[in-house]
Amino acid sequence: MKFLYLVWRNLTRRKLRTTLTILSILVAFVLYGFMGAIREALSGGVSVAGADRLVVRHKVSIIQMLPITYQQRIERIPGVTLSSHQSWFGGIYQDPKNFFASMPVEPERFLSIYNEFTLPEAQRKAWLANRTGAIVGRATLDRFGWKVGDRISLKSPIWQHPNNDDTWQFDLVGVYDALKKGSDTSGFFFRYDYFDEGRAYAKGMVGWYVVRIQNPDRAAEVAKAIDAEFENSPYETKTEPEGAFAQGWAQQIGDMGKITTSILTAVFFTILLVAGNTMAQSVRERTEEIGVLKAMGFSNRLVLGVVLAESFSIAGLGGFVGLGFVWALVSVWNPVPSMLPVFYIPNHDLVVGFILVLVLGFLAGIFPASQAMRLRIAEALRRQA
Amino acid sequence: MSTTDGVLVRVKEVDKVFRRGSEEIHVLTGLNLEVKAGEFLALMGPSGSGKSTLLNLIGGLDRATRGTVEIGGDRVDQMSDHALSGWRARHIGLVFQFYNLLPVLTAERNVELPLLLTHLSKAERRKHVEVALGMVGLSHRTRHYPRQMSGGEQQRVGIARAIVTDPTILLCDEPTGDLDRKSGDEILALLQALSRDHGKTIVMVTHDPHASARASRTVYLNKGQLFSENPG
Repeated sequence: MKFLYLVWRNLTRRKLRTTLTILSILVAFVLYGFMGAIREALSGGVSVAGADRLVVRHKVSIIQMLPITYQQRIERIPGVTLSSHQSWFGGIYQDPKNFFASMPVEPERFLSIYNEFTLPEAQRKAWLANRTGAIVGRATLDRFGWKVGDRISLKSPIWQHPNNDDTWQFDLVGVYDALKKGSDTSGFFFRYDYFDEGRAYAKGMVGWYVVRIQNPDRAAEVAKAIDAEFENSPYETKTEPEGAFAQGWAQQIGDMGKITTSILTAVFFTILLVAGNTMAQSVRERTEEIGVLKAMGFSNRLVLGVVLAESFSIAGLGGFVGLGFVWALVSVWNPVPSMLPVFYIPNHDLVVGFILVLVLGFLAGIFPASQAMRLRIAEALRRQA
Repeated sequence: MSTTDGVLVRVKEVDKVFRRGSEEIHVLTGLNLEVKAGEFLALMGPSGSGKSTLLNLIGGLDRATRGTVEIGGDRVDQMSDHALSGWRARHIGLVFQFYNLLPVLTAERNVELPLLLTHLSKAERRKHVEVALGMVGLSHRTRHYPRQMSGGEQQRVGIARAIVTDPTILLCDEPTGDLDRKSGDEILALLQALSRDHGKTIVMVTHDPHASARASRTVYLNKGQLFSENPG
């Protein structure tokens, strides 16, 4: 502790250089946090997907629909405990930029399968009692300032009424929250019976099924049995775990993991060079001073420790402040809520960020610190003479 | 620290060879020197004669190629780097020609540096610093940075830093070499007082006969060998 003042004074020796280096590290870690949040958002809830849920979709593509009659056949397959279907509605509220996930579902089955969503009992009953009733997630409710009891008009770019009207009316009867961090609470769900009756075409068809299974260890076996059930039918299926389904959805954009890793590797390599250069310059500039400290009795290890402490301080000031700042920012601000409804930095990324700060501090400092450690006193003092 | 016959520093048959590529430069050759405890010794000689090298060997800042360096019974030439660091912290005080103060630290923080290597508490360190700065007459300049002080004052801070741990020997490398005559005289008077009043053993490298005249004994080096001694 008694050497901290020396470390601090060395850091403030070249204030501009130190500040710029710290700022560049800070920006790198802000970028890191944002990339983590974006990757999490685009992975569409892969990390919160239920291990005991399978998604059954058309074998060709998610936009091909499946008959509603499949539901009974799916539920007869051993290992399946419950199923529920959903269809993409693509609701737009007032303006095309106000786009969010909206889907017709079967209320009771939907709430049973997605038991991470919580809905007050009175609102649940209201939804079951009202054919035009709809529930919305907290995020979207807050985004548009809605309240329970509002009449909501949504336009669908896909589904029209028989009179070609694409506007659908809903009564907002409930607001759901999520028990699990990272769950998407931007969805808008309404009743399938109201939807099916009101649409002009594709009656009796659904987008995909979500299936709850008894034993997650037997997921592959159950998925195979479901696909076998509909083999050689006009609507062959592809069944996969919900996580894989979400990942496939996200990968329509590209492998976000690889993209973010590539960008961050380049950023961190650059930052390592910047921080390493700062430390190397700082040590080179005070060769004589280090020689004097060693002449006084500072051991090689102590000199190594002091230089490394400087490096860790620079990395820590930039990295930890950057991580803290981006975490606070992401907690209160989402740049595109319509596109990235789930926007937060996963704990895992924060932990990795902390480790990266330490690794950066170590790598930036270790070479100049070793140089300082190996410095011969007589040579260092002779340099000045 | 133990002494034999009052001799604190005993340098025996010391060679120091520097290598520059394939070339060998013999800086010291078969050098013998004894310094008694409490003595104020001046080392004189032309540039390149090996004065500073000898000082470095006595202070454990460099190692002899051959021969032995014994300080108060400790074989400095046989110590590991780590042991030597601890030994220097306990027994050696260094005063440099260009003061070598850390520009980012105030006078008191500069003087405190060697004390950071001790187990003294912060309050004890502060007390020691006050005493050392008082001894060199700079009690009023504790919070000043080196750039805010004259050369003479900076050198006095350097001396305070060298004596703050109460070392066994004070090694001074051209302590007045960068100072005007008046400031140089003040520094020499200070060193003389430390030797006379506090019994400090001082080895001082100098080019200046005026400076060496203040020492109790002067030895001359030329081409790496001691060739004459004059009692001061």
